[in-house]
Amino acid sequence: MNQLTYTLQIADNALILGHRISEWCGHGPILEQDIAITNTSLDHLGQARSLYQHAADMFNALPAEEKKTLFVSAALQAKIAKDEKIDEDDLAYLRDGWDFRNVLLTEQPNKDWGYTVVRSFFYDAYNFYFYTELQKSKDTVLAAIAEKSLKEVTYHLRWSSEWMIRLGDGTAESKARMQEAVNHNWAYTGELFEMTTADKEMLAAGMGVDLNAIKTQWQKRVDAVLEEATLSIPANAWMHSGGKEGRHSEHLGYILTELQFMQRAYPDMEW
Amino acid sequence: MTVHSFQEHFDAKIDSEVMIEPRDWMPDDYRKTLIRQISQHAHSEIVGMLPEGNWITRAPSLRRKAVLLAKVQDEGGHGLYLYSAAETLGITRDEMYDQLHTGKAKYSSIFNYPTITWADMGAIGWLVDGAAIMNQVPLCRTSYGPYARAMVRVCKEESFHQRQGFEIMMTLANGTDIQKKMAQDALNRWWWPSIMMFGPNDADSPHTAQSMRWRIKRFTNDELRQKFIDVTVEQAKLIGLTVPDPDLKWNQERGHYDFGPINWDEFWNVVKGNGPCNKERLEARKNAWENGAWVRDAAMAYSEKRKARKENKETKAA
Repeated sequence: MNQLTYTLQIADNALILGHRISEWCGHGPILEQDIAITNTSLDHLGQARSLYQHAADMFNALPAEEKKTLFVSAALQAKIAKDEKIDEDDLAYLRDGWDFRNVLLTEQPNKDWGYTVVRSFFYDAYNFYFYTELQKSKDTVLAAIAEKSLKEVTYHLRWSSEWMIRLGDGTAESKARMQEAVNHNWAYTGELFEMTTADKEMLAAGMGVDLNAIKTQWQKRVDAVLEEATLSIPANAWMHSGGKEGRHSEHLGYILTELQFMQRAYPDMEW
Repeated sequence: MTVHSFQEHFDAKIDSEVMIEPRDWMPDDYRKTLIRQISQHAHSEIVGMLPEGNWITRAPSLRRKAVLLAKVQDEGGHGLYLYSAAETLGITRDEMYDQLHTGKAKYSSIFNYPTITWADMGAIGWLVDGAAIMNQVPLCRTSYGPYARAMVRVCKEESFHQRQGFEIMMTLANGTDIQKKMAQDALNRWWWPSIMMFGPNDADSPHTAQSMRWRIKRFTNDELRQKFIDVTVEQAKLIGLTVPDPDLKWNQERGHYDFGPINWDEFWNVVKGNGPCNKERLEARKNAWENGAWVRDAAMAYSEKRKARKENKETKAA
């Protein structure tokens, strides 16, 4: 069960961040960048799909009694009652916010190009070290997804690092906007390294990643890029958390309202 | 060479199907016509991202979402090739954007219609991309080299999009009663605007004769429209949907479908700005441009700073 929860933590991060980034499609500041950021969104979405498929396989293999305890969602409970198998779409479209395990950082609004770049940069740096370690997982499906994803994430990190530097060290206006965006998003970075029960159990089983270990690497990378970008880490050290335990910001409800609209309004149909 | 002989040389190339390239001499009007047509086409691609972009966050499955995102991204790519092709004629992308934002340049009117249900993603792919392909395949042999080469890439992707759109419609048409209704409703709303995409009747199309002479255009509006109707009506039958035209009838003699009168009043009104979404589409493009100004300024400032730092280093090293 920890393996399933753990997989959902990673999948939900990918889905929700991919959703946020996809909101840019057609509205980017430069046509080339509109195309580039949409590519990133597609990568996150692709990762989410692989992870949800893995999670659905694990879920379908569970005994009926255990299935009932996992999600609050009435729509999923109905499927369990009918002994139906679930798939990637059921996990994305039929759970409510309290069943989602993504970190709060990923659900923060796009606001402007600066906020979007900073959010991506903090997450990409985390994701890079996370997937690097996850390649060693004894869960061979997770290890394979990590290996494939790492190629994409390496590009994401390069892209967001370059934009951090370009905008931080650009004009007075861009620097001020970027510092504001860093200050806002910084408070959501602590949660990336919080170890939930699933994180601890998976680490102990040789299938998960030691988040304390990658925090040091992450910090080093973030310091280096911020320095080159002439930006600084805010003095306020307060960190928000709760997403990994299913306690989300107000934003997630609206994301899910849009994301799940079709499946909720027209249930049980093939699209 | 005198202007006269330049003109003769150009005409000879056109007549013998030799492509005109950016460095070649060309008549001013040929250049102007191409800039108008290519930039209008490029604008249509990027404005065209908006109606479909409207459903990215609400696509009904993860697979459909990925396909739609990739499709809208492709349209951005088409805009990019086309702006680049137009730039070879001596206009900048910023100038073209300015013409779009001030309303001086047009884009395909079809994108001023709203996407109300998920089925519209199917109808746009099937009908709008289908009509676009009819228009665009002949452009792969258009007389201006950079435009023709851009169109080869565009057409390959468009025909893929068209199949994806048809597949969405087919899935709906084979689905529940509600889904069938959704598909029929989308066909009802998109049919006539798609037919109008080919432009006014030949008799009312001021640019056609000259464009045909220059081999920028290869077929007339009415020829392409007829071809589109003949093909698409059969496809609608195949999936059990009804084309919303009571006058539609196979004409054995002509070997074509006869069809009812087109509401040109509606067409010209949408062109003039009175379509359901003209204001929204233009506003979205202008917002993206204006909200992105600080990003573009910063990118420019940073690249200049970097250049200066590099030169500084080289001077010191020397």
